[in-house]
Amino acid sequence: MIEVVALPQTVQAALLVVVVLLEAIVFYVGYGAVERIAAPSVIGTIENA
Amino acid sequence: MELLGLSVALLALFVAFGFMVGVFFGFFGMGGSFLVTPALLILGYPAPVAIGSSMAFVFGTAVIATMKHHDVGQVDYKLGALMFVGIALGIEAGKMLVYGLEAIGRAELVVGIAYVLLLAAIGAIFVRNAVRQEADDQDADVEEDIPEIARKIKSYDVPPMVTLTDGSKASMWTISGVGGGVGVVSGFLGVGGGFIRMPAIYYLIGIPLAAAVGTSLFGALMSGAVGAFTYGLDGVVDLGIVTALLAGSALGARIGSAATAYIDESDVTIYFGIMLLLASAAVALGELATWLALPILDAASFVLLVGSSAFVTAVIFYYGAQAVRTSDRQPAVSARGDD
Repeated sequence: MIEVVALPQTVQAALLVVVVLLEAIVFYVGYGAVERIAAPSVIGTIENA
Repeated sequence: MELLGLSVALLALFVAFGFMVGVFFGFFGMGGSFLVTPALLILGYPAPVAIGSSMAFVFGTAVIATMKHHDVGQVDYKLGALMFVGIALGIEAGKMLVYGLEAIGRAELVVGIAYVLLLAAIGAIFVRNAVRQEADDQDADVEEDIPEIARKIKSYDVPPMVTLTDGSKASMWTISGVGGGVGVVSGFLGVGGGFIRMPAIYYLIGIPLAAAVGTSLFGALMSGAVGAFTYGLDGVVDLGIVTALLAGSALGARIGSAATAYIDESDVTIYFGIMLLLASAAVALGELATWLALPILDAASFVLLVGSSAFVTAVIFYYGAQAVRTSDRQPAVSARGDD
């Protein structure tokens, strides 16, 4: 775990923005991959339900 | 046991709530951030934590939305950049207002009341539009490229004038005013402010509607980044909450966005409007709970907010499933995974 407590507030705030940015990119790409794999079978299941 | 600084139950709650918020955002293109701050206030988080965390969440959702729209959205980046100073100053002013109220012990009350009014107003607009749409479904309005009021405002030559991407001119005062005004609302309530910024860009600056939507999204990204940074300076942003909400909303937004390929939005708009009215009542109940020192009202308030959100999510899923069964349309948007 990265120790950020000792860093200046400005750096911590900038890190926060960068972390949220990276999280958003990871979630977007990750769920995009899941969607490509799972969407056709989910739609098929609903159609046949 | 704790994950991301949250109990497992609270973490699951935030992921689930984020999922519902994401479905609304993906389906309606709005409705995300203005449910997060009230939920955090009802859960007992101090106003600066609720607003700061919501702003960081706004930033994350705006990043995702921008990536989704990067190849189809028309964005006037120049206008967005010109609004930046106004947005930054406005958010700082909004934050100072929150801290000023916090210093006298009135932040939760005032922010809560502002949300009661805001949610009630937006909910009423949605319900009214849904009822009107049913009444005159065939009477489709043709949107003007630029509304008359925008033409009039643009006709005033108040220097410095700047040339926008579409070649038209606008006063820097109007641009800064729009950026600053929306920034104050964002910084004070912890919202992206798209529900104000988009109409303001269209009606006051005079950007064509299609570009106004994309430019407003770019503005939300800047508002979120500035807000997260500004509140982050005070160490009041709870990254655990933001991560849990984003984990849910990123998935929900994909499903909500895919659902638009199957469901006619007008079928569910009225439910969304009613949900916002119930959310307004939920925040009012929360305020009443504090005022009367009745914890049972707090619980009722939370159940009302989460329950109404869950109900509308279920309605969207129900209509979606029905449409998939009866339609031969292909999920073109979702299959590409780039919606």
